[in-house]
Amino acid sequence: MSDAITAEGLVKRYGEVTALDGLSFTVPRGTVLALLGPNGAGKTTTVRVLTTLLRPDGGRATVAGYDVVGDARRLRSSIGLSGQYAAVDEHLTGAENLEMIGRLYHLGAKRSKARARELLERFDLTDAANRPVKGYSGGMRRRVDLAGALVADPPVLFLDEPTTGLDPRARAALWDTISELVAAGSTLLLTTQYMEEADHLADQIMVVDHGRAIARGTADELKDQVGGSRIELTVTDAAELETARQALARFAAGAVRTVPESLQITVAVTDGPESLRQVLGLLADAGVRVRDAGLRRPTLDDVYLTLTGHQASGTDPQAREATR
Amino acid sequence: MNALTMPIADGWTIARRNTRKIRRSPDLLGSAIMFPIVFVLMFAYVFGSVIDVPGMSYREFLLPGIFVQAVLVSAQVTGYTLTLDLQKGIFDRFRSLPMAPSGVLIGQTVSDLLMNLASLVVMAVMGLIVGWRVHTAPHEAVLGFGLLLLFAYAFSWFTATVALALRTPESFNNIATTLSFPLMFVSNAFLDSSDLPAPLRVVAEWNPVSTITQAARELFGNTSAAMKTADAWPLQHAVPASLLWIAVILVVFIPLATRLYKKAVSA
Ligand SMILES: Nc1ncnc2c1ncn2[C@@H]1O[C@H](COP(=O)(O)OP(=O)(O)OP(=O)(O)O)[C@@H](O)[C@H]1O
Ligand SMILES: [Mg+2]
Repeated sequence: MSDAITAEGLVKRYGEVTALDGLSFTVPRGTVLALLGPNGAGKTTTVRVLTTLLRPDGGRATVAGYDVVGDARRLRSSIGLSGQYAAVDEHLTGAENLEMIGRLYHLGAKRSKARARELLERFDLTDAANRPVKGYSGGMRRRVDLAGALVADPPVLFLDEPTTGLDPRARAALWDTISELVAAGSTLLLTTQYMEEADHLADQIMVVDHGRAIARGTADELKDQVGGSRIELTVTDAAELETARQALARFAAGAVRTVPESLQITVAVTDGPESLRQVLGLLADAGVRVRDAGLRRPTLDDVYLTLTGHQASGTDPQAREATR
Repeated sequence: MNALTMPIADGWTIARRNTRKIRRSPDLLGSAIMFPIVFVLMFAYVFGSVIDVPGMSYREFLLPGIFVQAVLVSAQVTGYTLTLDLQKGIFDRFRSLPMAPSGVLIGQTVSDLLMNLASLVVMAVMGLIVGWRVHTAPHEAVLGFGLLLLFAYAFSWFTATVALALRTPESFNNIATTLSFPLMFVSNAFLDSSDLPAPLRVVAEWNPVSTITQAARELFGNTSAAMKTADAWPLQHAVPASLLWIAVILVVFIPLATRLYKKAVSA
């Protein structure tokens, strides 16, 4: 058994909505798979099925060799979960929450206490350890919840949008923690809206939409898959955007993406340097004042956009929170 | 850990969590302590001044009824807290852990039993202050409190079942209030049920609240020979009938609550 997670044709329906539509994948032991997809793609549903919180309507899945339906109890001993919304007890302190989780993993009173202390330190919560969670900030709650997933040092971890709502420092700290865990042999299934996070942490990225996997590979493989290079161009005035867009459209190998706020246009092209030269020539003739122009490899954002037709979320969590 | 010890150990862990919560929630604690004080005073002095029972003081007659009422009200905490927890994500956490699923309900009912015990102690002290006395041997009085606590525990499973079926604190509160008023007042808890008109009297005589109240009166010696005794079987054999009621409630509602819990948390 070299796969820590296997899913075969998972189906989950909510009335008319098909949340999972025959999803299949495997996650080799000791690796990180990131699930990427727009809102409602089925990421949380996947996590809930694999952590035994939801029974699939069809298909089969195993985690750490245990069937999600038939062997739920033993499966739960082998996993740690931090769901999309923090599942902590508001009336208990951070320390009490973690200690309770340890006891429910049957670690015993002493180890549960020690483990709680360790994790609070690791997540920079020592000062707040003995205050009820009720008075914690959103990011602090999130950290207690994440610590909860690590209490039993489980071989397989599920983190559903783990860094949503964390400040950049806490996010970087969590990335370090995750990297350490994975280096020590843990397997991780992670969902995220941040391309940067997937790029940084994941061995493999799977893009899901409408409950189906639409692409899978390493970040580089996915970038190659959408192919070509990008021309990225910034004009000086909003009035020039349309002219520039039309000029670029003549070389486009895909959709032309315009961001009016930043006066920026991006387009995928096949022959990068030659296209760029011609575009600049055209724009010079049309009198468009180009402020910045360049050629770049596709980013994960481009991959995501091309595959799902959705703009990826910004990399700034605050900005994203505000738009929710 | 095996199939028998795990629910107990996990239930204990959850019960500890709940008692901590109760200690930190002034509203819950307040109602557990304040409620008995207010009720003993109100019934003893307000109702006590207009209601007469033959052959004994109304306060002595009243207190066992008040005990039963307190237990009914406190047991509703079980259902109410479950609906609150259902609205948060904490059950997801529990279900992703290798704990015994029954541990959640066992823990909840056990912690509420502890709260009920505290509330009964306050109540008994208040009773002694206003003139209630135990007239039986100490072991019978202990049996009386034991019976009340057993009933409290069983009734917690009932409120848990109602809560898990309704799922929101608002609807639970509505139903709980609507159900507990007739249950309390169409009974012999506050007055002599043989004074009631025929249809109400029959309901009152077969009401489990009357059975438990009668049993408590007998075990504390708060009865009088001058009072008419009802012919209804449960009042003639109040102690065994109470035990029977408790057993029936437990047998019906433990599996029902457990099933509803599984359903409620996986939705
Ligand atoms: N309890 C539910 N009842 C009805 N529909 C649901 C339920 N949970 C999820 N769905 C639907 O299933 C689909 C997948 O939802 P899911 O939560 O898995 O998406 P997601 O990829 O996690 O999205 P997000 O990025 O917003 O967290 C959505 O269309 C959603 O509306
Ligand atoms: Mg989600």
